[in-house]
Amino acid sequence: MEIKVLGPGCPKCHQTEKVVKEAVAESGVDAKIDKVTNILEIGEYGVFGTPAVVVDGEVKSVGKIPTKAEVLKWIQK
Amino acid sequence: MANVQTVEKDLTREDTAESFEEMQPGLIEWKSIWMPMLFVVGMFLAAFYLPVESKRFTNAVLESLALVKWYAREHVLLCLVPAFFIAGAISCFVSQAAVMRYLGPTANKAVAYGVSSVSGTILAVCSCTVLPIFAGIWKRGAGLGPAIAFLYSGPAVNILAIVLTARILGLPLGIARAVGAVLFSVLIGLLMHYFFRREEEQKVQAAIHMPPVEVERPLWQNVVYFGTMVGLLICATWGKPSEPVGFWNAVYEIKWWLTGAFAVALGIELHVWFRVKTAKVVAAAVVVAALAFSFPQEPLIAFAAGIVALTVLITTTRGEAQEWFLSTWGFTRQITPLLIGGILAAGLLLGQPGTEGIIPSQWVSNLVGGNSLGANFFSAVVGAFMYFATLTEVPILQGLLGSGMGNGPALALLLAGPALSLPNMLVIRSVMGTKKTVVYVSLVVVMSTLCGLIFGHFFPNEP
Repeated sequence: MEIKVLGPGCPKCHQTEKVVKEAVAESGVDAKIDKVTNILEIGEYGVFGTPAVVVDGEVKSVGKIPTKAEVLKWIQK
Repeated sequence: MANVQTVEKDLTREDTAESFEEMQPGLIEWKSIWMPMLFVVGMFLAAFYLPVESKRFTNAVLESLALVKWYAREHVLLCLVPAFFIAGAISCFVSQAAVMRYLGPTANKAVAYGVSSVSGTILAVCSCTVLPIFAGIWKRGAGLGPAIAFLYSGPAVNILAIVLTARILGLPLGIARAVGAVLFSVLIGLLMHYFFRREEEQKVQAAIHMPPVEVERPLWQNVVYFGTMVGLLICATWGKPSEPVGFWNAVYEIKWWLTGAFAVALGIELHVWFRVKTAKVVAAAVVVAALAFSFPQEPLIAFAAGIVALTVLITTTRGEAQEWFLSTWGFTRQITPLLIGGILAAGLLLGQPGTEGIIPSQWVSNLVGGNSLGANFFSAVVGAFMYFATLTEVPILQGLLGSGMGNGPALALLLAGPALSLPNMLVIRSVMGTKKTVVYVSLVVVMSTLCGLIFGHFFPNEP
């Protein structure tokens, strides 16, 4: 599974990355977490706002810090 | 025989131990030491040569402390703190998705320019979201023109900047800054679109992901709610007119009654829309009112109590109210240290209005005094390249104006300054390439210069 956290590096983006990491560790799912900071690359996902979370190419959340429960729901299918 | 051997062995062991130690990496890792060490040595040298004997220097230090005190007394409670609450409310109650709808690929172009030129008030309250949204509008949304309009107006029309500019640098400059920034952003956006119209690539048809609609609250409730808070802010900061006649004075005479009325309205709205318990709101109102009537000469006491009461009310109520508190606190934590630093630096270098800091006023008035083309151009260029942390442009400009800067160059600096800086240019360049960045920066500098000239002509400095 590939998880991408999109965000240029504001406090909210770091927090999002932390939440995602915690969720992955908790669920035990084998997932690769990437942080995308390049603004053009972020734009390519068509997200209008950061931080955003992309799971396996699918945009899951935009413009907010997701809760751990939400992330768990995305990664445990 | 055996004995000798062991002795020899021991000898060799010692030898190898010694050389081994020398081969080991040293305990001192210069890589992590040289920076802090340089800092300590630098501090020592600065202290060693601290020019405390120089009258100019000691004066400047006193000036900067006096300036910080003046801000703390006059502006923090009545202006900054309410503005933080408003900015916090905007960032969590106003739906970004509702705004972004007008900036999508199918949006009407005229509407897109209009919306992007003013949406900075709503979308750009956090500077780190400006660039991703810019890239999104350009690549996936309404195109280069509206994206540029958004990029320019975002930092300039945010509510904190406008409130503080109007309060400290005067209403004309505050209004000129807001109006100038909105007009500029549309013009610069249109020009950029015109220059690069051939390069506009076909939009890739792709899904666009909007931020979620955070709260389901009707627009009119938001409007009334923000109206209440802005009204409270304006009444509380209403200045004493120079002559006690007319409308301005009439409002000034009853400004604390008006402020109180807005506070009551805010309390009712908190109860009805944010589900704050009646008992809590009433208790808070009683405490604040009691303080207001027991210390009628010191309205700040009641006002401060009101702020504390509001904080208690929204932190102890679950849901949106807590989110509001968190984003308000986020702004406060992010901006306050920078602002204090900016005020101290401005006081040290330029002094309070009417006094001198380290830099002689003569230099300032020679460079950017009056309203010449050169002065305006110089401030526009300096503003474009220099980095201003959020809001620090205000105390710095206050110092410059006090040292003899003209009103026109001041506006030129305000229009070119916060939207651009050298680090910011490098990031923009990595997004849209050197050519577009150069054109963009030149447009900003040229137009800021012109705007400064016009403003300085109609609003010359008072002699």
